[in-house]
Amino acid sequence: MTIAGLYNYWIVILLMMTGFYVVIASGNLVKKIIGLNLFQASVFILYISLGKIADGHAPILQAGISNYSNPLPHVLILTAIVVGVATTSLGLALVVRIREAYDTVEEDEIHDQDESM
Amino acid sequence: MIITQLPALQVVIPLIAAPLCLLLYRPLATWLLTVVTSAAAMLISGLILAQVLDQGVIDYTFGGWAAPFGIAYRIDLVNAYVLMIVSTISTIVSVFARVSVASEIEAHNQGIFYTAWLLCLTGLLGIAITGDAFNLFVFLEISSLSSYVLIAMGNDRRSLTAAFQYLIMGTIGATFILIGIGLLYALTGTLNMLDLAERIPEVANTRTARAGFAFLTVGIGLKIALFPLHLWLPNAYAYAPSAVSAFLAATATKVAVYVLLRFIFSVFGKDFALDTMPLALGLAILGSSAVIFASAIAIFQDNIKRMLAYSSVAQIGYLILGVSLVSPAGLTATILHLFNHALMKGALFLALGCIAWRIGSSRLGDFKGLGYRMPWTMGVFLIGSLSLVGIPMTAGFISKWYLVLAALERGWWPVLVVILAGSLLAVIYVWRVIESAYLGGKDNEAQVGEAPLSMLIPAWILALANLYFGVSTDLSVGVATEAATTLFGAG
Repeated sequence: MTIAGLYNYWIVILLMMTGFYVVIASGNLVKKIIGLNLFQASVFILYISLGKIADGHAPILQAGISNYSNPLPHVLILTAIVVGVATTSLGLALVVRIREAYDTVEEDEIHDQDESM
Repeated sequence: MIITQLPALQVVIPLIAAPLCLLLYRPLATWLLTVVTSAAAMLISGLILAQVLDQGVIDYTFGGWAAPFGIAYRIDLVNAYVLMIVSTISTIVSVFARVSVASEIEAHNQGIFYTAWLLCLTGLLGIAITGDAFNLFVFLEISSLSSYVLIAMGNDRRSLTAAFQYLIMGTIGATFILIGIGLLYALTGTLNMLDLAERIPEVANTRTARAGFAFLTVGIGLKIALFPLHLWLPNAYAYAPSAVSAFLAATATKVAVYVLLRFIFSVFGKDFALDTMPLALGLAILGSSAVIFASAIAIFQDNIKRMLAYSSVAQIGYLILGVSLVSPAGLTATILHLFNHALMKGALFLALGCIAWRIGSSRLGDFKGLGYRMPWTMGVFLIGSLSLVGIPMTAGFISKWYLVLAALERGWWPVLVVILAGSLLAVIYVWRVIESAYLGGKDNEAQVGEAPLSMLIPAWILALANLYFGVSTDLSVGVATEAATTLFGAG
């Protein structure tokens, strides 16, 4: 197992850290949600690449094929994707409400408005 | 016949009631459905608890699919105990909710409110009952997503930012848990907790297992609001509708603590979790910091709801200290405090709900003379406060007593000092409210009356429960001891 042979995990780590950084560093609420989305997507890729077997075929029963990829992680991630979509839409809905209430989506401006009250 | 299906019904009934709630839409009808569903869930968890006490562990396989392939529920005493706490608190608080919610949330949103409430209940019950690690993640997200909605329904605009902050931190926590579960699956090829427990020892000495464990612990720590990952909690509880604060404070973090216990003791085993990984010391330090710092911050809060939220962070510290002692006695104290803290925080937040309904505020300045204007409500607050401090004859004393005994048994004197210091700080922050309410003079010209009985009775039930379980400890301590033995023996 060389470093290049584990490239899928490197992509996962890169995406994960990018998303995580955006969530923490960005003061814009919409960008935070996008970062969160990226962070979650990296975990989806982690799961999906776990299920791949070298030379494995799609897990559909066919004559002459005995080596199948593991379909279970795919099914799990279908559920996790649904959860991710729900989280994103709820987060964006909250951002819309926050914008109506504060007239801004920047974290520091919201903080200033709350402090000055 | 129906009795064998109880574990499924426990989760399915609130899950089906939630969309029904949305269809019914009218406030009174949806409220009634919520109360009836919660009561049904309480009845079922009571039956499950009785069955577990009587016959031991219940195994339930969904659709008859055997464990590694299908989702299996395995209910031991710890599961049954947490189910009982969640469903009982939901029932009591949902009775309280009608008047409180009617005053805080617009009529056209109340149907959605109760839908989210039932979904949150479904999620919490599901976490407490399931025996499958991925299933646990899904239920965790069901309860989290619905609690973001519930918190955002507060009538202060800061409830929106509080909900958003909770959404960000909660999702990071849940995703960490997902990573942890994924790494364990990669190692063992199973998601069933029993199977995981069997296979982890073979692979325990790998970096993947340790990384998985670390991700899970941090993720669950975020959900517990373990110091210093507690930043989402104070605002979320302070600006949520009154009934939601009471419900979440009494159940959500408790269920997360249960998840931590389950992973430490049942899945990884205590030898790996607390000895191989230096978690016991880490938890002891974090628990102690939570008790001291959160109690100290609570003293300076002007908003009493926020003060109680910080106090919750401190109480979580006690729960974690009990775990860090790594002894059956410490675990008994933790499990006991799960229940007792639900009682005291439930009572305190319900009392605040009554006050918010009457005077529309939870600021310390508005508490002046309240002891004379709302004697029954402040009575609940007084009993809850005494229990929080840990005065003898209250439930809070019993759990602190067991925690102190467990610390002495291990000879951990610093922990003892922390517990005493935490109690003293609690006296200070609670005293500010009591002083203002009873000794601040009754000069206010406004004749403010009591909250309606539908709010006072649930609050008093919890207050009296604090006194009852402070005197008669057979039931609570008996079950907690047995549950601790179950967990500890399994590890």
